[in-house]
Amino acid sequence: MQASKNDVWVGLFVLLGAAALVFLALQSANLLSLSFEPTYKVTARFDNIGGLKPKAAVKSAGVVVGRVEAISFDDKTFQATVHMALEKRYAFPKDSSLKILTSGLLGDQYIGIEAGADEANLAEGDRITATQSAVVLENLIGQFLYSKAEEGGSAAAPAP
Amino acid sequence: MNTIHALGLWTRRQLAALGQAAGLFLRLLGMLPATLARFRLLGDQIHFLGNYSLAIIAVSGLFVGFVLGLQGYYTLQRYGSAEALGLLVALSLLRELGPVVTALLFAGRAGTALTAEIGLMKAGEQLSAMEMMAVDPVRRILAPRFWAGFLAMPLLAAVFSAVGIIGGWVVGVVLIGLDGGAFWGQMQSGVDWWYDLGNGVIKSVVFGVAVTFVALYQGYTAKPTPEGVSRATTRTVVVASLAVLALDFLLTASMFSI
Repeated sequence: MQASKNDVWVGLFVLLGAAALVFLALQSANLLSLSFEPTYKVTARFDNIGGLKPKAAVKSAGVVVGRVEAISFDDKTFQATVHMALEKRYAFPKDSSLKILTSGLLGDQYIGIEAGADEANLAEGDRITATQSAVVLENLIGQFLYSKAEEGGSAAAPAP
Repeated sequence: MNTIHALGLWTRRQLAALGQAAGLFLRLLGMLPATLARFRLLGDQIHFLGNYSLAIIAVSGLFVGFVLGLQGYYTLQRYGSAEALGLLVALSLLRELGPVVTALLFAGRAGTALTAEIGLMKAGEQLSAMEMMAVDPVRRILAPRFWAGFLAMPLLAAVFSAVGIIGGWVVGVVLIGLDGGAFWGQMQSGVDWWYDLGNGVIKSVVFGVAVTFVALYQGYTAKPTPEGVSRATTRTVVVASLAVLALDFLLTASMFSI
């Protein structure tokens, strides 16, 4: 095949485009952090998951140790069932507890896992029973108003 | 009676044009192996469409990134979340502005050149001369340009987005003084490599095909007169831009629906 003087420039153009794609993938999408670690799956039931979404992080002491895989609704117990994949290299005692937390004031919700004291560790397919639901702002405000009203009532009562 | 006659004729013409366009499109798609086999033609066209568009794309990307950085900062800092600027800049560039603005610039910079070139070839009867020599002008002239546009557009859009993100970084971190770690960290935790970057690349490929095909079709079917070529060139910009924006809506609706 005949070489063209344009070939060098075409090569440079393609290289530059590829470099831009790699830059986007690594620097903005952080492709390297995709984990291909082997995982084990556990489930948990929550009364209320708030704004938790699939692919949300599962963190322990602030470190990501797994991801939420799927969320479904159980119409027997009227609870949400959350399926999680935890990385195999991290083992947690069977009586570990889960909490739905929020990063920052308005950030994404994630699951915090707190280690228990059991001798045996969680294994594939286990269910975590100790769970704490997400904090729902409306309930919080309701409780606050209720306690305020109660305070007001008890303060007003002994006056006369 | 005359109006009905004219309406019927108009409908038939439109349908015939649609059929002709679809036929040309399928022929071009089928010519990928033949085009790759004569890589020299393809390389020259990538040089013509891609390299020469690089300067305008890079400079536009830089300024779009600057403006996004400034505007995003003013809005975000009202809500006390200025550190999300990196995420805002990256998402808007990767999902929308990168592919769309690149395609619009590409239509203006490269699409018009294609239409004028092919329209003039037609007006100068070069295409007919080729047919006389049993050289298929679709294979020899149109196919390399079509596939060059197909290949060049995603690369140009990637350059646009990358330069734009750097522009946003320059304004946000270097000039305004946001924390660089938060800028990149928020971006990296919020941008999904497939959902955002992959869909953006798919968009840019679709736009590249649409713009290049519109340009080639307008040139190929231009009236072989100076006026006809000038009209075809104008139509390329109008039709290609509208096609890009309409396709963008359809793609966004199907990709990012919740």
